[in-house]
Amino acid sequence: MKIEITAFGIAKDILQQKQMVLDCADSAMVGDVRAQLIQNFPDFEKLASLKFAVNTEYVSDDYQLKSNDEVVLIPPVSGG
Amino acid sequence: MEKIYVTADKLDSKACTEMVTYPGAGGIVVFVGTVRDQTKGKKVKHLEFESYEPMAIKEMSKIAEDAKVKWGLHDMVIHHRVGLIPIEEEAVVIACSSAHRKEAFAACEYAIDTLKESVPIWKKEIFEDGEVWVSAHP
Repeated sequence: MKIEITAFGIAKDILQQKQMVLDCADSAMVGDVRAQLIQNFPDFEKLASLKFAVNTEYVSDDYQLKSNDEVVLIPPVSGG
Repeated sequence: MEKIYVTADKLDSKACTEMVTYPGAGGIVVFVGTVRDQTKGKKVKHLEFESYEPMAIKEMSKIAEDAKVKWGLHDMVIHHRVGLIPIEEEAVVIACSSAHRKEAFAACEYAIDTLKESVPIWKKEIFEDGEVWVSAHP
């Protein structure tokens, strides 16, 4: 299935784009997307953290993705 | 005006204070986060903030609700500005009111500390000779 991911902050700089479509196995979990991203963009591993949000909620690596999920990369936040 | 709000416009800490004012209040605590002109001695030109707005609103709402329950507040308002913010201007305003000051102080500190940990907002420092996403690297 195809998963569209959106990136903010430094994650957007690393991807060099705001949005990207990834080809994933139908059974893909967030952890699989994380591994795929790190493999293609090693700079992700240099970050202090990289969280994922699906449909505006934080999710863990064992979250089972669905094709219409809104997946967002959350690098270390720094509001305030 | 919304109690939980992300905007590219200037913030108004006085308006936020008025939003939480009520007759039973014995104390109102307001935290105003402003843009500092330097980081570790290096001159900052300005800051740029970016947010994942729908989730930022959701996370800020959770903070306000949790704080209201935990400290029995009357109300809490959280406004965050995004986009380019010049030195000295307000980046975040948190105002809360309660019957007694102690609860309001504790709740306000909890809110800003938690905001910095969980709300999807990102700050970039712009220097004379480059720019850095704050906290991105260990």
